Amino acid sequence: MTAPATSRAGGPGGSSSRASSPAAGPRDGACRLAGQAPSVPGEVPGPSGSGVSPGGGVRPRASAALAALATVRDPELDEPITSLGFVTACTVSADGDARVRLRLPTYFCAPNFAFLMVADAYDAISGVPGVRSTEVVLEDHFASDAINGGVAAQAGFAATFDGEAVSELHGLRADFLRKAVMAGTDQVCRPLLAAGASRAALLAMTLGEVPASGALDRLRQRRAELGLPAGDGAPLLIDPVTGARIAEEAVPVHLRRARLTRVSIEANGSICRGLLRHRYGSAGLGQAPEEERKAQ
Amino acid sequence: MYEKNGEKYFVVDGHMHYWNAAPDNWVPGAEQYAKGWIECFYGYHQLGPPETKWPMEKYQKYSEDDLMKDVFEDGHVDVAIFQPTYLKEWYKEGFNTTERNATMGERHPGKFVYNTRWDPRDGDVGLEMLRRNVERYGSKGCKLYTAEWNNGSRGWKLSDPGAYRYLEACQELGIKNIHVHKGPTIWPLDKDAFDVADVDHAATDFPELNFIVEHVGLPRIDDFCYMATQEPNVYAGLSVAIGAHMYIRPNFFARVMGELMFWVGEDKMTFGSDYAIWEPKWQVEGFVDWNYPDRPEFADYPKVTTATKKKILGLNAAKLYGIEVPAEFRLATDQGTPAAPGDAQLVAGA
Repeated sequence: MTAPATSRAGGPGGSSSRASSPAAGPRDGACRLAGQAPSVPGEVPGPSGSGVSPGGGVRPRASAALAALATVRDPELDEPITSLGFVTACTVSADGDARVRLRLPTYFCAPNFAFLMVADAYDAISGVPGVRSTEVVLEDHFASDAINGGVAAQAGFAATFDGEAVSELHGLRADFLRKAVMAGTDQVCRPLLAAGASRAALLAMTLGEVPASGALDRLRQRRAELGLPAGDGAPLLIDPVTGARIAEEAVPVHLRRARLTRVSIEANGSICRGLLRHRYGSAGLGQAPEEERKAQ
Repeated sequence: MYEKNGEKYFVVDGHMHYWNAAPDNWVPGAEQYAKGWIECFYGYHQLGPPETKWPMEKYQKYSEDDLMKDVFEDGHVDVAIFQPTYLKEWYKEGFNTTERNATMGERHPGKFVYNTRWDPRDGDVGLEMLRRNVERYGSKGCKLYTAEWNNGSRGWKLSDPGAYRYLEACQELGIKNIHVHKGPTIWPLDKDAFDVADVDHAATDFPELNFIVEHVGLPRIDDFCYMATQEPNVYAGLSVAIGAHMYIRPNFFARVMGELMFWVGEDKMTFGSDYAIWEPKWQVEGFVDWNYPDRPEFADYPKVTTATKKKILGLNAAKLYGIEVPAEFRLATDQGTPAAPGDAQLVAGA
């Protein structure tokens, strides 16, 4: 693996048309994108930092805001927008005015998923104690203006894209949560199979009988979000639409599909990380170094 | 052709371009889209090996000499299939039209196959254009890009009634191969634009046509695989699958290949470099050298053999397009039939 971060320095492939000062080098990107905050490099926090603030005494609030953003997921990749590197600025003024800037891997990323992330970020920030007003700005995207305006006006998706959409995005979100459940099933089952568990044993197993792990917590959470059984007594292998236990003869295909879904999501995430890295060349706020290195 | 360890590979590049995305071709008022599009492509370009990277100026508009050297002289390709992408709302002469491809290709007889394209929203005028292109360029295939913007519309589906008129016309005109690329901005925006269910419907209703889903349905490899395993006439175009993964994320590439080998199978996968997103040379050479990592997690994927690679790199596409393959490149009789349709079934057990 290489880290070709320097190959694009000065090249035209980076941050695009709408940025006001395109001459900045890639490593200055997060600073420049910090927008309304003063562009002082020293104020850009490190990967574990808590946000940029021109005033004193509000860092804890910016930190809480960034933590709130870490609860917002890319619905398609099922990962927090912070660890994906999508957050470039997160500030809260002394008066409680929160400002967030987001970026995506390409100019043409799907507008429906982009809308969900901007709207979810808006809701997450608005719920932070002490925040009086919220502004979330998606940058460098073909539908930036529509999405930013629609979210700010709390207009909903269908009204924001009037004539191009007929309903809100709940169905889309649920479809991708079901994929996350399938991928999570593989994450939980693969170590069990590797340790010698038979398919029949997996079929008989309940969630409470699975050894504790981060993957199991995640699977339970995704199932609960969909209203699927997620308690200790719930079967490990269920249909992600009906919630019914998988039939014995369908277990091999179910496990194969679970792995396929995981490979698909992770391959997609791999491309997104690579594109983002080469578009901007800088880590996002709240993105751990090992997360950014995944893009290399 | 490519030769390694005494094995000879006939190479068909099933998906490549000759584009002009330079500012002189940008539509006034749509510059941000034209610029955004080629910058998006350039992002993918960065996922290849560093020594193969181009400056943006060349990437926007490369020459005929560049293409002939990169694809044929250095890139081991025997026959290349042009896949047009019009995008005329953003690029004045189109991004990469049938005409542009053929005007160049006609100076190099025998090297190229000229696919054309259609868009159901063009109605009767488009049907007439399709007929003319087939007559003039001998097209046996079409590239369909469902996310193209057209007169206020942000996309279409293969299951649209208008699209069925065109698919019927394709059958009448002798077109065999429909290459599909699912794009991101498609009406209605509240649905998943990458969903391949419409390809499923069309493949069922037009069994005489082959549907090659480019980029293996990325970013919906899962939906694509599950559909392809049930449809005998659905194929996997590997463009982007190799280019965006094999060098930069080899473990992901191995898993993607393993899934494709299991669900789709080696007879129904075709190589495409997606030139000029990436050059074919490193992709062909790297793929011939490639195999799964020797770890337990890859143990239950179908084996990849030399015959597998020969089929994927050229023999499958040659069969689909009726390209004559010299005897020295063909498979022995016990190594299977390239592009064999009809053995698809819902995989149970395994």
